[in-house]
Amino acid sequence: MPVRLTRDEVAKVADLARLQLTDADLERYTEQLGAVLDHAEDVASLNLDDVPPTSHPLPLVNVLRADVIVEGVDREEVLSQAPSVEDRRFRVPAILGEEP
Amino acid sequence: MSSLPITAIEIASAVRSGSLSAREVLDDHLSRIEEREGEIHAFNLVMVDEARAAAAAVDAIVAAGGDPGPLAGVPLALKDNLCTRGIPTTCSSRILEGWRPPYDATVVQRVNAAGAVSIGKTNLDEFAMGSSTENSAFGPTRNPRDIGRVPGGSSGGSAAAVAAGFAPISLGSDTGGSIRQPAALCGVVGVKPTYGLVSRYGLIAFASSLDQVGPFSTTVADSALLLEAIAGHDNRDSTSIDSPSPSLLESLDGGVDGLRIGLVTELMGEGIAPDVAARVRQAADALTAAGAQVGEVSVPAAAYGLSAYYLIAPAEASSNLARYDGVRYGMRVDAPTTAEMNAATRSAGFGDEVKRRIMLGTYALSAGYYDAYYGKALKVRTLIVRDFERAYADFDLLLTPTSPTTAFRFGDKTADPLSMYLNDICTIPTNLAGHPAMSVPFGGGADGMPVGVQLLAPALAEATMFRAAAVLEAAAPALDEVWS
Repeated sequence: MPVRLTRDEVAKVADLARLQLTDADLERYTEQLGAVLDHAEDVASLNLDDVPPTSHPLPLVNVLRADVIVEGVDREEVLSQAPSVEDRRFRVPAILGEEP
Repeated sequence: MSSLPITAIEIASAVRSGSLSAREVLDDHLSRIEEREGEIHAFNLVMVDEARAAAAAVDAIVAAGGDPGPLAGVPLALKDNLCTRGIPTTCSSRILEGWRPPYDATVVQRVNAAGAVSIGKTNLDEFAMGSSTENSAFGPTRNPRDIGRVPGGSSGGSAAAVAAGFAPISLGSDTGGSIRQPAALCGVVGVKPTYGLVSRYGLIAFASSLDQVGPFSTTVADSALLLEAIAGHDNRDSTSIDSPSPSLLESLDGGVDGLRIGLVTELMGEGIAPDVAARVRQAADALTAAGAQVGEVSVPAAAYGLSAYYLIAPAEASSNLARYDGVRYGMRVDAPTTAEMNAATRSAGFGDEVKRRIMLGTYALSAGYYDAYYGKALKVRTLIVRDFERAYADFDLLLTPTSPTTAFRFGDKTADPLSMYLNDICTIPTNLAGHPAMSVPFGGGADGMPVGVQLLAPALAEATMFRAAAVLEAAAPALDEVWS
């Protein structure tokens, strides 16, 4: 059975989720998320080895359509809403450790 | 109060016949908004210019001898997580402030094509995460029946807009009760359709296997009218059911004679306020008096619904909300590298509850915890589906409270997220199963605030559900009637 959520785990999850938390946030979230996970113990402690999972309410299958070109959303309209654009592309700061 | 017609059906009928103009209807509703919106805050945006243009177009069609459609000239409010081309769509989040979508949601296209006049974008808990609208980045919506109380959520603005008379109908979205619970708290009708009946294209995703768009209205018939207009297959949503739109209005007066209706025992005891439970029993009596066979039924796995939902929905949300990274739309907080920019943007743009859910979902999906939490929750989902199957072998419909209590006061539940989550205990099982359900106003609680009773039906049995809703509507006690 999983043990009580720790502050270090919360910090790690925040990093995975690309969220920067203050020390006060970390304290609060450790407490609040711990309470929710405690409540979830009623589910986590069930023995459900023979039960198949349901990830979706519908029996989904691939949906295909005819290979016909249709009009998509307007490129200029999409780019007009981006924070930064260059040469009709989205522009981002440095990646892969290059100098900004 | 003006003498113009009130319901969407009456308005559309008068506008189509030429006896009333869409412009007059719009002016009437805009004046009501002018009067009370300052204290209610149902809207993030009132679309005055766009609405005037839409009303003028409807009147021009009528003048030319044409038919604008079944929603001709009916003012309609849209939850602000439905994309409207060129019109700001925020999800009540700073991270999308100022964003103008490059396309309309399918439901927006459909209501426009049916002649409706969209008058505004309504407030919600940020990204539809909440049960009170207190999580909106732009301030809470207030309950029109008592402005010291919450309207419910997350579609609180859409419920309040209808309850305040700003629009006879509105659209919301329901992931764990976000249409039905605010409908109950504001004293209006709210419907969550069968998963896949209404297109999700252009509904900004929260938890994709649970989200569904649906109507609010003051009458059961108006919700039937609006659901007929938005339902039906859409090839832009791969989860859209490929079947014709249901016929709801023509069978609305069918009654409940001979229908078997089950009162869910697990949702009538602990955690349900006595005055709410009393109204549900009174509703059961009204259905019996109308010829239904009402009995008790057990749905044991419903007790695990809350825990399963608060693992599954945050897990899906943590994935869906990864797209808000400051690159393609919305706000960006600059930083030297892209990774730092992503984190800085998300930390400044998301509110407290959204961060909490992203964290919870990321944790439930992370290595070492996946099987214990997310995996278990998916298996509980199977148990809930099976329990409903058993219940529907003996009953045509199920009856429960919509919300465990009437509308609560601002701040009552904000300090303790779990106490807020418990609001959804009666509405969540339906979303996990993908079934339809609706809330119908049924008198008041001990505090004089509205009580909603919830009808549940098997997949695609909306027509039967609406027949029972019409019976409950006709039998509902007045809000101010003292109960014994």
